[in-house]
Amino acid sequence: MRRAPWSQRFGLNGRGLVVLLPYLWLLLFFVVPFVIVLKISFADIDLAIPPYTSLFQWDEKNVLSIKLNFNNYVFLFTNELYFKALLNSLKVALISTLFCLLIGYPMAYGIARAKPATRNLLLLLVILPFWTSLLLRVYAWIGLLKANGVINNILMALGLIHEPLAMLYTPFAMYVGIVYSYLPFLILPLYANLEKMDWQLLEAAEDLGCRPWQAFYKITLPLSRNGILAGSMLVFIPAVGEFVIPALLGGPNALMIGRILWDEFFSNRAWPVASAVAILLLLLLVPFMMWYQSIQARESAGAK
Amino acid sequence: MNQRRSVFIITCAAFGFAFLYIPILSMVVFSFNASKLVTVWDAANSPTLKWYRSLLNNEEILDAAWISLKVAVINASGSVILGTLAGFGLSRFTNFRGRFTLNAMATAPLVMPEVITGLSLLLLFVALEQVIGWPAGRGITTMTLSHMTFSMAYVTVVVQSRLATFDTALEEAAMDLGAKPLKVFFLITLPIIFPAILSGWLLAFTLSWDDLVISSFTSGPGSSTLPMVVFSKVRLGVSPEINVLATLTIGFVTLIIVGVSFWIARSNRSERAT
Repeated sequence: MRRAPWSQRFGLNGRGLVVLLPYLWLLLFFVVPFVIVLKISFADIDLAIPPYTSLFQWDEKNVLSIKLNFNNYVFLFTNELYFKALLNSLKVALISTLFCLLIGYPMAYGIARAKPATRNLLLLLVILPFWTSLLLRVYAWIGLLKANGVINNILMALGLIHEPLAMLYTPFAMYVGIVYSYLPFLILPLYANLEKMDWQLLEAAEDLGCRPWQAFYKITLPLSRNGILAGSMLVFIPAVGEFVIPALLGGPNALMIGRILWDEFFSNRAWPVASAVAILLLLLLVPFMMWYQSIQARESAGAK
Repeated sequence: MNQRRSVFIITCAAFGFAFLYIPILSMVVFSFNASKLVTVWDAANSPTLKWYRSLLNNEEILDAAWISLKVAVINASGSVILGTLAGFGLSRFTNFRGRFTLNAMATAPLVMPEVITGLSLLLLFVALEQVIGWPAGRGITTMTLSHMTFSMAYVTVVVQSRLATFDTALEEAAMDLGAKPLKVFFLITLPIIFPAILSGWLLAFTLSWDDLVISSFTSGPGSSTLPMVVFSKVRLGVSPEINVLATLTIGFVTLIIVGVSFWIARSNRSERAT
């Protein structure tokens, strides 16, 4: 006879203690900070340390007055730059995600259908760049794309071009960098999904007269939907706020919201404006994060 | 089943792998190039180890690497403890109050853009300093605390997925025989999930070692990490020493990853055999 499961055996105290530490940690270092960001987004910039005004003031009669300053948000909404940057970030993230899918899907599919020994090796080859510094891998593209870089040198040596192509510090370089850096994030969840697939379904479809492309479109693609969505979210959400890649490859005109936030904070010391940008970006991304979480929940429920 | 692998898929996958590896290989090759221009091969004097020597004498980089190492080791050890607790709680306790919140809080850092996390943590530290006087200023402590917050999310996922794949029968058997929950955890659960904990530690170490954005927000004067120094150098263009650093990083990572994967594969096999 099976006895009571883990949860009941531990008793409330033991259970509570196990999860209490990570719970409190995340509450203090992950949730509370957002409340502070929200608060400071309603403050005014001030020449002080820290460079913002306080929202709460006690006057002589012990009356607490709270001064909410909406100017940061008004500023963001009336200034075209921020709106453009936000739209551009969404566009860049979306296009990069599509390219990651185009390159990553065949790779994940190929790995999932390889023989077990080859499969582990290929998987290792996908994981390896993921473990190697992102900064250094983005840096590698500077060497490949710059005017006297590897690609231009090869093309000129082959006589295909006579003047170096301007690739570095263009939107093209930025897209290459983002797709390159985030590709493993798409392949791994997609592979995990495809690995569980029953390939006999494909054989059955083909036995019944389906062409390989049709079988793919009607069976593999719908069955891997959760893998596609999970992988895409892992690329899309962080890519919207990406800073390093546009800063290194995108050139001065690359309008990305993560970069604007960085500049407001570090160059302009406008902490309240940076906070307002962070809040807007967060509001925009929260629906996608919730979507990602529901996909994950469905995926693990399906696995059991 | 495997004869169905099509030429199309193999070609696409080969192209994809080339895309992943050409930049990495180019850094390795050019790290041996004598020319200061980095990407123009100086055939007369190459290959050379001169940039390796110059990197090892570069105090700025070495100091930054030492700070990064300290932060990464403390971070990895701390986030393994936090992440294992969270992963264990989430996978073994199916319903407790706050489970939904814990799950949401533990997975959100995985996708949260780093600029948001960095800014919010910095503002927290500034506010804490104003209210309770701690942490006094920013530096290694604040960076480590910040790294632990996002690293533990990764450890949680790794540990949780490992716990999901082995069934609770072993643990329940031990408890039926009278072992206390804590003893069961240390004698049964921990050895089984040890490969996941090791991977989690390495992952947390790497995340911290590589982090630029969150470190930039939460570090203080005199505590520049290796990525911060690299970033400021790379902004000015390519540098031969960075190629050397990249080559050393790649070599080191490859050794560790290949070693650990073999070890995990072997322990999985022996586990299946018993």
